Amino acid sequence: MEISIREGWTVLHGMLFGAAFLVAFAGGLAGLYSLRPEWVTVQGIQERVMRLKVGLWGMAAIAWGTVITGTFIVYPWYRAQPPEGTVDLANFPRYLLLANPDTAAWHSFGMEWKEHVGWLAPIAATVVAFAVTYYGPSLAKKVGERRALMVFFLVSFLAATAAGVFGAFLNKVAPVR
Amino acid sequence: MATQTIAPEIEDLPNGPVAAALVAGGIGATAIGTLTVLAEASVGIKNALNWWSPAGPLTGKSLLGVFIYLASWAVLHVLYRGKNVNFTRAAALGLALLGVGLITTFPPFFELFLAE
Repeated sequence: MEISIREGWTVLHGMLFGAAFLVAFAGGLAGLYSLRPEWVTVQGIQERVMRLKVGLWGMAAIAWGTVITGTFIVYPWYRAQPPEGTVDLANFPRYLLLANPDTAAWHSFGMEWKEHVGWLAPIAATVVAFAVTYYGPSLAKKVGERRALMVFFLVSFLAATAAGVFGAFLNKVAPVR
Repeated sequence: MATQTIAPEIEDLPNGPVAAALVAGGIGATAIGTLTVLAEASVGIKNALNWWSPAGPLTGKSLLGVFIYLASWAVLHVLYRGKNVNFTRAAALGLALLGVGLITTFPPFFELFLAE
């Protein structure tokens, strides 16, 4: 049972960081949505806000970790240029995909979207984490603020989902080895 | 069931800092999207954003975008600190800018500007 350094970083980037963010989203959204004084006691709100702060900052950190490892560690292996005359492109995923018209869109659409939209996820997640930390329990009484934060949080999730789904497919079609 | 109240001492935080964070988040997203479009439209800009060859222009787009996000957040935070602003307007602006970021990072959109 072996795994290369490159495969290990890809797993860390996509399966551990990326998947953890997506899995944690449901809990974060439920926490934001249910943070209402008519639903939860004062003690309940305080406990929930503490949990939300820890969870949201954790998600923001994971999202930053995902895009940083993706852009600066995994992506250079993906886009590495093969030496002149290379026939076997298996170790050069970008060029492997572009060499075949049937797979080129995985790069020109999938990777191009993933590499850019993914950066919106940590930005939006950080905004939400900051706002919850700043307001604390008083966020429960601020309906408009909570709604705006839920939209930001949803966009963060959608951006991470687009990046994550295409990352998973790309790793099947042209894995970084 | 007894009516629950939030402790009064934490009720009246000014909304300025959160408005600043929302708008800055939108600015950051728009910055990354705009840089993506510009890099597509101009080979010179694409090369200028290539700060580290192994990762190509994505380094400039992402790092400059994050810098613009953090810088705008710092400026707006100082401007809005301790103030109440029109939150609906600030949130709408932040969300609109976030939407611009989503659209401009979508390949079928930014490829419309592909340099010949």
